Amino acid sequence: MDFDLKEEHRMIRDMCRDFSQEVIAPRAEEIDRKREYAYDIIARMGELGMMGIPISEEYGGSGGDWVGMQLCIEEISRGDVAFGALLDVTTSVVAQELDVFGTEDQKRTWLVPIAKGDKIGAFGLTEPDAGSDAGSIRTTARLEGREWVINGSKQFITNIGLDNASLIVTAAVTKNPEKGTRLISTFIVPKDAPGFILGNRYDKLGWHGSATHEVVFDNCRIPEENLLGDPARGFAQHLTVLQTGRISIAAMSVGVAQACLDESVRYSKERMQFGKPIGRFQAVQFKLADMSVAIELARNQYLKAAWLKDQGRRHTFEATVAKLFASEMVEKVASDAIQIHGGYGYIAEYPVSRYYKGAKVLQIVEGTSEVMRIILSRELGL
Amino acid sequence: MNIVVCIKQVPDTETQIKIASDNKSIVTDDIKWVMNPYDEFGVEEALRLKEKFGGEVTVVGLGPKRVTESLRTALAMGADKAVLITDDALEGSDSLAVAKALAAAIKDLEYDLIFTGQRGVDDDMGVAGASLAELLGIPHVALAVKVEVAEDGKSVKVHRPVEGQTLVIESGLPVLITAQKGLNEPRYASLPGIMKAKKKPLDEKSLSDLGLDSAQFGQEGRKVKVLELTPPPERAAGKIVEGETPQEKAAELARLLHEEAKVI
Repeated sequence: MDFDLKEEHRMIRDMCRDFSQEVIAPRAEEIDRKREYAYDIIARMGELGMMGIPISEEYGGSGGDWVGMQLCIEEISRGDVAFGALLDVTTSVVAQELDVFGTEDQKRTWLVPIAKGDKIGAFGLTEPDAGSDAGSIRTTARLEGREWVINGSKQFITNIGLDNASLIVTAAVTKNPEKGTRLISTFIVPKDAPGFILGNRYDKLGWHGSATHEVVFDNCRIPEENLLGDPARGFAQHLTVLQTGRISIAAMSVGVAQACLDESVRYSKERMQFGKPIGRFQAVQFKLADMSVAIELARNQYLKAAWLKDQGRRHTFEATVAKLFASEMVEKVASDAIQIHGGYGYIAEYPVSRYYKGAKVLQIVEGTSEVMRIILSRELGL
Repeated sequence: MNIVVCIKQVPDTETQIKIASDNKSIVTDDIKWVMNPYDEFGVEEALRLKEKFGGEVTVVGLGPKRVTESLRTALAMGADKAVLITDDALEGSDSLAVAKALAAAIKDLEYDLIFTGQRGVDDDMGVAGASLAELLGIPHVALAVKVEVAEDGKSVKVHRPVEGQTLVIESGLPVLITAQKGLNEPRYASLPGIMKAKKKPLDEKSLSDLGLDSAQFGQEGRKVKVLELTPPPERAAGKIVEGETPQEKAAELARLLHEEAKVI
């Protein structure tokens, strides 16, 4: 058994950490306050190859693996979780779905620019009336001649509001051409397709640097060849890549929690009360100790899940444990970080208030904590 | 244009340094080791010159096996090959001995320029670069903030700040230049760079491979000996001068400076 990261993993982690702390973290407060999309930072992440870590060089990636990708996502999220969300969606979910299920032509056309970071991908499954019950989506796609015509709407679409977002990989209901039964298929919808409408930008609690919008398909027409993968297995394809997305959410949670711990340790050494730094009081020490325990366990778990994926082994249980534990952990850690900061923790001048706002949604995206528990119950044979 | 960059591995500048029980060295457990920041400027400058003039960048490091990581970082940034001088007998060597070993490893390489950091941020000696140039019999220009290689690739102008002015020194090639802060902004190693770095050549050389006598190295071979390491003295608590009026406070301050501090 070997718990050491490989040399390349350490180098990826260290480089991403330096970039995150030197380039992203100093800008995070302003990005959040102004709700800006930091295209310059996104471009540099692309140039450094972060969007294509697990994609082969042939398709514009770096030829690395998922352990490397998730380490990158942790470190980037430690600077600003909005950029971790960008990576999760464009790489873990969209690039992977194109890579695993796309044809050679689709990979050349759509995957290469996304893996290089020139273009950003978005993913659409959730609808107004289909959240955790994702199988009940109503968006439809029907074949007319050589074109698919898509109608419906998608909710909470990360990245799609970016100017350089090129496409949304989206699920829609189709019919089995012979039996006429209901199928869920997956389509590549370019942002410039006729009938693609970029809806409103959401006013979220946190993640303000992340471009989350509604998307509407109004007789949206795409070429027949934009069907991605097996038309009968669109839902299963989504679940495959979402499982990786769950590992990414765990990595993002660890990144945010680590930032909470970093700030809290620093503050505990500086803040004087009753004549000594508050870090000398056990009430504070024990909170910090518990934070470090939770972060360590969550980090080990997401790395284990990523490692299993790299080995090509089944990892449903491990990825679900990572997602559930890490996202629940980070909300508690962020809450404790504010408690340690006292009143200062609640004002925007200190970053822990931003971390707290960014933590909550990690229990919701890529499957809620409740859905995670359903999956785990099934793994237990219930 | 072929360029050699010498790399030292040093404790991360944020490391809390603890003095070991021998009072002559530091505790190295749990230290995060990084490339000496001044050497990183050298790597960046070499890569920029390579991009302009072509050629190869070779990075040379010295020390235990862990130094491989810093060399790989330079390879990931874009250097072409690396040499690690590693030998148990090197442990405890002084700057001159380090320069001797570097010179032995570099003398048979093809080079037009050599970069070193102006000093290592650990021992702050600032000797290895100049010594290396001397041992190789080439000129040495210290503390560069700007390096301009002539279009024909035959000479170089090096800018060095001196007392608010800039001194521009011209030299033929080959030359050894020591880099300091301000020379450039080192790049991050890219992901493809990191993946390619593990396939790039990294040669390990022992002292005997370099034809050197190990008796001249290590603690025994030191010309400069460390007698003792001491932490900076702890600052005594400050004193607040009491008094009812500014005049009283001033009088009390004058008395303290005269009688206690004995400075006036």
